[in-house]
Amino acid sequence: MIKKFDKKDEESGKTGVYVFQRLTCCLQARIFNETPINPRRCLHILTKIIYLLNQGEHFGTTEATEAFFAMTRLFQSNDQTLRRMCYLTIKEMANISEDVIIVTSSLTKDMTGKEDVYRGPAIRALCRITDTTMLQAIERYMKQAIVDKVPSVSSSALVSSLHMVKMSYDVVKRWVNEAQEAASSDNIMVQYHALGLLYHLRKNDRLAVTKMLNKFTKSGLKSPFAYCMLIRIASKLLDETEGGHDSPLFDFIEGCLRNKNEMVVYEAASAIVHMPNCTARELAPAVSVLQLFCSSPKAALRYAAVRTLNKVAMKHPSAVTACNLDLENLITDSNRSIATLAITTLLKTGSESSVDRLMKQISSFVSEISDEFKVVVVQAISALCQKYPRKHSVMMNFLSNMLRDDGGFEYKRAIVDCIISIIEENPESKETGLAHLCEFIEDCEHTVLATKILHLLGKEGPRTPQPSKYIRFIFNRVVLESEAVRAAAVSALAKFGAQNDDLLPSVLVLMQRCMMDSDDEVRDRATFYMNVLQQKQKALNAAYIFNGLSVSIPGLEKSLHQYTLEPTEKPFDMKSVPLVTTPITEQKTEIAPVATSKLPEKLAPSRQDIYQEQLASIPEFQSLGPLFKSSDPVQLTEAETEYVVRCIKHTFARHMVFQFDCTNTLNDQLLQKVVVQMEPSEAYEVEHYIPALSLPYSQPGSCYTLIRLPDDDPTAVSCTFSCTMKYLVRDCDPNTGEPDDDGYDDEYVLEDLEVTVADHIQKVLKPNFGAAWEEVGDEFEKEETFALASVRTLDEAVNNIISFLGMQPCERSEKVPENKNSHVLFLAGVFRGGHDVLVRARLALADGVTMQVTVRSSEETVVDVILASVG
Amino acid sequence: MHHDCKKKKQYKVQKLFLMSEPSLYTVKAVLILDNDGERLYAKYYDDTYPTVKEQKAFEKNIFNKTHRTDSEIALLEGLTVVYKSNIDLFFYVIGSSHENELMLMAVLNCLFDSLSQMLRKNVEKRALLENMEGLFLAVDEIVDGGVILESDPQQVVHRVALRGDDVPLTEQTVTQVRTTSLLYPSLCCGV
Repeated sequence: MIKKFDKKDEESGKTGVYVFQRLTCCLQARIFNETPINPRRCLHILTKIIYLLNQGEHFGTTEATEAFFAMTRLFQSNDQTLRRMCYLTIKEMANISEDVIIVTSSLTKDMTGKEDVYRGPAIRALCRITDTTMLQAIERYMKQAIVDKVPSVSSSALVSSLHMVKMSYDVVKRWVNEAQEAASSDNIMVQYHALGLLYHLRKNDRLAVTKMLNKFTKSGLKSPFAYCMLIRIASKLLDETEGGHDSPLFDFIEGCLRNKNEMVVYEAASAIVHMPNCTARELAPAVSVLQLFCSSPKAALRYAAVRTLNKVAMKHPSAVTACNLDLENLITDSNRSIATLAITTLLKTGSESSVDRLMKQISSFVSEISDEFKVVVVQAISALCQKYPRKHSVMMNFLSNMLRDDGGFEYKRAIVDCIISIIEENPESKETGLAHLCEFIEDCEHTVLATKILHLLGKEGPRTPQPSKYIRFIFNRVVLESEAVRAAAVSALAKFGAQNDDLLPSVLVLMQRCMMDSDDEVRDRATFYMNVLQQKQKALNAAYIFNGLSVSIPGLEKSLHQYTLEPTEKPFDMKSVPLVTTPITEQKTEIAPVATSKLPEKLAPSRQDIYQEQLASIPEFQSLGPLFKSSDPVQLTEAETEYVVRCIKHTFARHMVFQFDCTNTLNDQLLQKVVVQMEPSEAYEVEHYIPALSLPYSQPGSCYTLIRLPDDDPTAVSCTFSCTMKYLVRDCDPNTGEPDDDGYDDEYVLEDLEVTVADHIQKVLKPNFGAAWEEVGDEFEKEETFALASVRTLDEAVNNIISFLGMQPCERSEKVPENKNSHVLFLAGVFRGGHDVLVRARLALADGVTMQVTVRSSEETVVDVILASVG
Repeated sequence: MHHDCKKKKQYKVQKLFLMSEPSLYTVKAVLILDNDGERLYAKYYDDTYPTVKEQKAFEKNIFNKTHRTDSEIALLEGLTVVYKSNIDLFFYVIGSSHENELMLMAVLNCLFDSLSQMLRKNVEKRALLENMEGLFLAVDEIVDGGVILESDPQQVVHRVALRGDDVPLTEQTVTQVRTTSLLYPSLCCGV
């Protein structure tokens, strides 16, 4: 017991010592009952209890309650330190002991007593154990305490009130006048706490916040902390109101750049940097104060400055160029975080010639920095590769070295992603990149990365000049790794067999071995691929090995479930399953400030899955079959009109549903029975209107129109609808929203709505376009040549075709290499009704652009439709 | 269903706002470790590390990344960490990576300077362990539930106000210490 803080004892049987200490502690709490109270011994025991709690020691409820009750007796002593330690014990034990409220009266007495030293801490302890009902009992004292002239009392009351807002907003709200009074205190901390509490109470009332800001920005404040808070409030308000940079709030923030205190100056600079749409001119003053901070002797200030400059460099590299010299001085900073940030900033702002030098510098200490910053480095490299593609060999070298170093999952993933993107952007780096990745998976503990790389090898490997050299790496995985990796390796092997005839016999032998695997999934895959490969048919290979299923997984699950519910003789029709909406090329991870998110990645249902659910819940639409495609929203009104309407076009096998999302922006009207009446230009037939029953002010609602597509003329894919919104208006009181009893009919003309060929085609990504092209075959192939006179560049032509047909570009053919006069674009999709359609467009640039379009599909009409609409 | 979807979206937006919500809650944790990385003092003000196990793991990571360098600021596990070491003690103040680094630095400096005064410039493990109550009271005056309560070390020392019979050991004469240690051996021995 004596050696309460003895390190050696703790190490030799840690838990034992702790338990012993805790029990004796509670026994010793009996000393509290001795008369007269011995302050020194009691103090010692309280310190010990808090120390043990602080070490993470767990106290049982009974134990804690006993000790707590014994402690209450110590309020009889007038020893100051002992009393203060009692307050601390109360706070620490508030959650583990029962009936802590018995000390309320003692604390209330201390908070209103004469001893100033007791009052602040007593308030904080009291508020810690108080609930809403009890808070009302002490409300009077709290109000007095907030405006008390002793700063520690006032501060304690304000901060405690802030803590209580979460629990008892309605009570604390009543103290706003007192807080207001405290805000004009001379004490800097009181001022800061009062401002914080006031803002917290008013933050939902924008007008009150604006008033408060006006008051304080004019009168000025003493506290640098309060200034920082004020800057944050001002920039948030600017952001919410989308206030221009001529607003007085912006002037205030800019003015803070000239404050005496560095903390305030930095806060202001950081606020300006983080504002959206700042021009280089508006950034300049912020950048120049940050530049000054770069040479500060304080590491924290240099760090803050260079970190903020790094952010500026992402959007406005040119604005930071002026600081290059200062940043150069930081690349050897003894704080490696600062050095890393300086280098990555320079990589963004510097010229191509400085890249080699900077990379060399950074590789000298990359092993010393934390994973978070290593990721920053990798992201900087990734950005650099896009900017200077010619540097990819330097980068690749550097990345492969980093890949060999130790590091966590996030770090390795960043490197792998970066290498993959380099491979995709620069075909000539493909083989080196794949070789590095092969080496990496030989010793890779992360299943996710191993499977990702195997997938990539399967996709790219067979098309390299020497595919055989990858087989060894892949097959090693089958021998050595976990189930998930083995399964991925089998799939990759199959792709080599399908693409390369001379490798097929050896792949089949390996596949045979995989069929003996202990895992079901691996065996299933091997057996499946074995059988497909043995057929030696190009079309089968394309459909089952290269390109796989393109259905939505949640959709497939639902359809299969539905199928099992209704027993039928008919085989399950794959075409009845909604297609997966192809993600618009994988989003590049933004080079953001490193903040490792702890949220697990969840498979979110796609936008179309959500629409499918919503529409299926409307009885009239239940018989339409699976949703084929949903368009992006089309605005049918100008911005800032009385009513805002946008339309989403949902395509089904034989119908279309138009979903009109309407918002009523008039606060003196309630709209009812809202429908959008549609007049088609072609043989489209309106079958049904489903009104939005009620559309109160600013609450969006949806109404629907169901259209039947013409059966007799399948080529009629485009149509224009004139749209009119019809509704019943009931005027209402803008304040209460109470509507009049009577209403009147009214209408509102909307813009025309177009249905085009793109609404009938769903994008589908074919990872191997060539194989898919062979699979569909030339039975219904048609070809035509067009001259696009108005188009001036290949890029423009490519973009036009993609958006017009609404098909998925494959093989990265949407990117036109620079300085080329011809280009081939590959597009894939599925036409309404489930027919694959592929388009190959050869483009040549002369005066205008000449385009030769070849269309293949499993259905002749589809080919005709496409060619007809292009022409 | 449609309604649900809207709700979800609103929730997301709110979350984004929360991140940038101006607030007085600045400090996520205050730590003091010894030169073996063992916890001498740790106070966490929010749920970033809810269990003792996670806290200890974080402390271990922090110590490993900082004890060899004396570079005063780092970014770890997505948090900004400002730190300072003295003889055999390591002081840390931790905040969000969006927090103003200089504010965290103000807290760290205040804590260190207050202790330095209370311990008569003798900021080392032994002296600190003999004055744990002083440390507890000082941190309680500097940060309350994550809000910076005071940043002026003079004020903190004044408010902690260890006096009379409870002058810290270092302020007592040698004789006093000896007398006390005879009376209450547990206070002085064993460090």
